[in-house]
Amino acid sequence: MNEVFTTAVMVAVVASAIRLAVPLLLASLGETFGQRSGVLNLGVDGIMLLGAFTGYYTVLKSGNVWAGLLAGAIVGLVLGLASAVIAVTLQAEQGISGIGIYLFGLGMSDLLFQKLVGTPIPIDTFPAVHIPLLADIPYIGEMFFQHSLVIYLAFAAIPVATFVINRTTFGMKIRAVGEYPDAADTLGVSVSGVRYATEIIGGTLAGIAGAVLAITLGIFQQNLTNGAGFIAIALVYFGAWRPTGIMLGALLFGFVNALVLELKTLEIIPRDLSNLAAMAPAIITILALVFVARRFRAPSALTKPFTRGK
Amino acid sequence: MKKRNIALVVLIAVIAMIGAACSSSDDSGGGDFKVAIVAPSASNDLAFTQSMVDAANKLKDDGVIGEVAVTDGTFVVDDAAVAIRDYASQGYDLVIAHGSQYGGSLQEIAPDFPDVSFAWGTSADTFGLPNVYSYEAASDQGGRVMGLMAAALSKSDNVGIVGPIEVGDAKLYVDGFKAGVLAGKPGATVNVNYIDSFSDVALASEAAQSLIGAGADVLTGTAQMVVGAVGVAKTEGVLWFGTQANQTSLAPDIVVASQVYHWEHMLEEMVKNVKDGTLGGELYKITFANDGLVIEYNDGYDLPADVKKIGDDAVQVFKDQG
Repeated sequence: MNEVFTTAVMVAVVASAIRLAVPLLLASLGETFGQRSGVLNLGVDGIMLLGAFTGYYTVLKSGNVWAGLLAGAIVGLVLGLASAVIAVTLQAEQGISGIGIYLFGLGMSDLLFQKLVGTPIPIDTFPAVHIPLLADIPYIGEMFFQHSLVIYLAFAAIPVATFVINRTTFGMKIRAVGEYPDAADTLGVSVSGVRYATEIIGGTLAGIAGAVLAITLGIFQQNLTNGAGFIAIALVYFGAWRPTGIMLGALLFGFVNALVLELKTLEIIPRDLSNLAAMAPAIITILALVFVARRFRAPSALTKPFTRGK
Repeated sequence: MKKRNIALVVLIAVIAMIGAACSSSDDSGGGDFKVAIVAPSASNDLAFTQSMVDAANKLKDDGVIGEVAVTDGTFVVDDAAVAIRDYASQGYDLVIAHGSQYGGSLQEIAPDFPDVSFAWGTSADTFGLPNVYSYEAASDQGGRVMGLMAAALSKSDNVGIVGPIEVGDAKLYVDGFKAGVLAGKPGATVNVNYIDSFSDVALASEAAQSLIGAGADVLTGTAQMVVGAVGVAKTEGVLWFGTQANQTSLAPDIVVASQVYHWEHMLEEMVKNVKDGTLGGELYKITFANDGLVIEYNDGYDLPADVKKIGDDAVQVFKDQG
């Protein structure tokens, strides 16, 4: 058991946790914008899948990982816009329409992969960026400062999102529309406009999350996300609709996953308990959700379509 | 309300179109014998599903069967059950449920279609039904062969294995590989990491990182999620042994060899039996002896002759055993 707590093992676990957390973090951040404005998008995983395929295919054809990231973002933006049309303008039931978007992303990403690529072909991945001086600090450097640029950017997005939601006029409108859409409308805030904007932000970040996943792995495969989009939605609740809380949730999820993997490698978890250990991240997330649900509440207008005068 | 209905109808229509596009069928070729395959992962996964789809397509090219239809990506067993029933009711002669998780569904469906032949694997159980064949791969044989070579190639005497869920074909391969390494180097360390998923590419990738961190300089893995692990091995310059399909294209610099499943011999015999009126009740097993298993070396990797001889000799032992 002592071998688990060696420095080398813990360094590996933390570095792995950060890698596993980033796609979840990006997708959760995007979903947070939507939910704070009152729109639930259960289609995050589908948008991630199409972002993943588009990012992968662009890198495959161009050899440029940043072009791949941009392509994932654009596809996410378009799907975010489509989500907004369905949820805001057409006022479709958000749970059902989200599942529809998920199934669309799942099927379309696989179809495009089969038709345009065929068999899995490896692509270039994001190069690691060693932050000068910091990367050379023993242990700390390996854990935190030898990752790819997208990982640093993802964590940099946390304070940016917090600032936008809490300290800007746009953020105030998002919160007002998510809590009291009638009052916001009375004050001249375009409820539909704000919700369109948040859905587009959410879709774009989900598309980027998918592209980051595919380009980090250097491969695409059917259902590459393996349900990560749904975990991202759960993390929004886990994080109580706050970017910092979401970051902690994503890191916790990544850490537990990485720790379980390490324990299996070191054969500290008996093989017949392996299945139970694999459920640990989900169980911890659910327990945390129960705790969070008792302390925080969801935006009042979440999932409720807005119609002036109703 | 009207707007919502329109949105839902449009969504359902789009999903239905995609669903239809994901099922493929090709009837160019000789004969009127129709084979359908229902499989959990993509038909080009460089692993389990591809091995069967390739075999069926080869028989179609050879004119043994006339049509091959594939429904892939059915990780959800209930979805697979619908596809299996659909193919049976559409008059396919042989419906292959290519996944051990489909056994329960097949046991329910097969009795409803006594004139249709079904096959499922990997398993050794035909449920006592006269129209069900079962098939399995002696993947432990190839595992042992490649484990012996891995032991000879490892400089750190530490080998890692990424497994999906500890069942069936995957467990056989992992156990065989581990036994091979330990037979080649009794003191070697063999770390096995079952990630408890057949589809989580990211987790497989991190499992490979973990195994390399623990000292492994040779890796292997089984099932379709290993594409992520191969990528890590490539980045870290660690050798890789593949199984189920030839995985050289994933990383030509570090893939040493792959155990490739050639189901076509078994499938050809099965088709012949069905044409002769025997719809099931038998178990098939692919091995080195019946050419169902083949070690395909990566010509681009400079494998030392003595290590290749270790592999060839081990294969010969299995062939001699029959």
